[in-house]
Amino acid sequence: MRLDELTRPDFPILARIVNGQPLVYFDSGASSQKPRAVLEAMTRYYERSHANVHRSIHTLGEEATELYELARDSVQRFIGAPSREEVVFTRGTTDGLGLIAETIGRTLGRGDEIVVTELEHHSNLIPWQLVARDRGAVLKAVPILADGTLDLAAFDRLLTRRTRVVAFAHVSNVVGTINPVAEIVRRARAVNALTVVDGAQAAPHLRLDMSALDCDFYVFSAHKMLGPTGIGVLYGRRAVLDSLEPGRGGSEMIKEVWIDHAQWNDLPWRFEPGTPPIAEAVGLTAAIEYLEKLGMDRVTEHERALTRQTHEGLARIPGVTVYGPPPNVERGAVVAFAVDGLHPHDVAALLDAEGIAVRAGHHCAMPLMRRLGVVGTSRATFSVFNSPDEVALLLTAVAGLRSVL
Amino acid sequence: MSGATPSAPGGLYSDVIRDRWRRPRHRGELPGANAVAEDVNPLCGDRVRMMLAVAPEGLITEARFVGDSCAICTASADVVADLVSGRSRGEAAALDVSDVLAVLQAEIRPTRMRCATLPLSVLGQALDGRAKP
Repeated sequence: MRLDELTRPDFPILARIVNGQPLVYFDSGASSQKPRAVLEAMTRYYERSHANVHRSIHTLGEEATELYELARDSVQRFIGAPSREEVVFTRGTTDGLGLIAETIGRTLGRGDEIVVTELEHHSNLIPWQLVARDRGAVLKAVPILADGTLDLAAFDRLLTRRTRVVAFAHVSNVVGTINPVAEIVRRARAVNALTVVDGAQAAPHLRLDMSALDCDFYVFSAHKMLGPTGIGVLYGRRAVLDSLEPGRGGSEMIKEVWIDHAQWNDLPWRFEPGTPPIAEAVGLTAAIEYLEKLGMDRVTEHERALTRQTHEGLARIPGVTVYGPPPNVERGAVVAFAVDGLHPHDVAALLDAEGIAVRAGHHCAMPLMRRLGVVGTSRATFSVFNSPDEVALLLTAVAGLRSVL
Repeated sequence: MSGATPSAPGGLYSDVIRDRWRRPRHRGELPGANAVAEDVNPLCGDRVRMMLAVAPEGLITEARFVGDSCAICTASADVVADLVSGRSRGEAAALDVSDVLAVLQAEIRPTRMRCATLPLSVLGQALDGRAKP
């Protein structure tokens, strides 16, 4: 049985009719849809067990705490983290990257260097711009080659003894490049730089193993991987997390407080001030269990087949340009394309009239758009519930677009 | 294409929008323009520059635009250039989005409204700015 045949009945939203057509949802890269198991787990939690976590000495408080901390164990298992203390919950990828940039930023001095890449989502660029501005640090970017992969020779030339941080995406949210994380980490570590990986477009699609990637920090969101909005994960290598002062203060992250100072809590709570997203953590557990039941290798294989079908099909349509590495290279579950003579927003609007949801615009990666020489692109992204038939609908619709406008 | 017809009368892509997207009347540089402004739509990165030739007594003798923009934004810029040509600065500044939408004859959804309003906003900036010598 194909994965989509197995999963489609689990996604209530796929019953939607949009503009008279059954919904074809190719925007999971922005935010995926949710299986019933996630929705029901969150409802069940709110109906039966909701209370604040950690300091509520009553039955519901204990249940809520147990469920919240169970999510941490689920994430630890899902990403192959050596210990649960290395899993910090955030509000999402942007929040996690901002948190770690602020936290590392405090340790930087004038002339220290931060290396990012031309592929980055603004969420892994702007926080470092702010840090560089505040600390007098220098921000450098690894250029990309014509095929959308990183220029690793140029990366080597950018690394110096002043390089303190290398921050980069695991998978590009536009061109789908899968960066060689372990190799980049190895080179960064040779100059004693910390590594921060934006895993937003990888966690929903690839089997993750923090021990193998060996990075210092890895950040992702639940809502792109079948889970709820409002919660994300910051994985941090214990030795590094332990050495950092908390970036943000509040309740939960302290042991003892005086008016003029405080003693920080243990990991991971030191980095989780305030009431956390508890129901969202419950939803994340359900999403992880759902993906684990399917098997991440099977998920990767299914989405790769859809990506390849889309890439090859679009490339055959006259006047259509597809960006990024060729279809025979391993890519993320994303295909960015342009239709000659049509603006990406108009492409998205015309496809929406057929019930097909794609994204259009700069995809929060303006430097990459500039590098590609475009204002924006249209972008189709895939999840476990998408089918080859849906891809065929997209290809037919795109082929007919130029006669419409 | 099957399904809903966004190009049908009253749809998102009205005949006016499609026509002005394919054959804009006022697209291109305007040498000697003395009121110029450019802005972007942060949602999509679209960019529009409006150029006005304003006579000493305040009459807009010609208006042109250039930009990287979608069909709605391009058509809107073309309509704005149409509407301000031959008007006084004051009349041009009083132009409202409803005036532009009335010409476009399209059902612009909230997610695309900024596409339609960007040229008007750039026009306002061009009129506010100090006229270049």
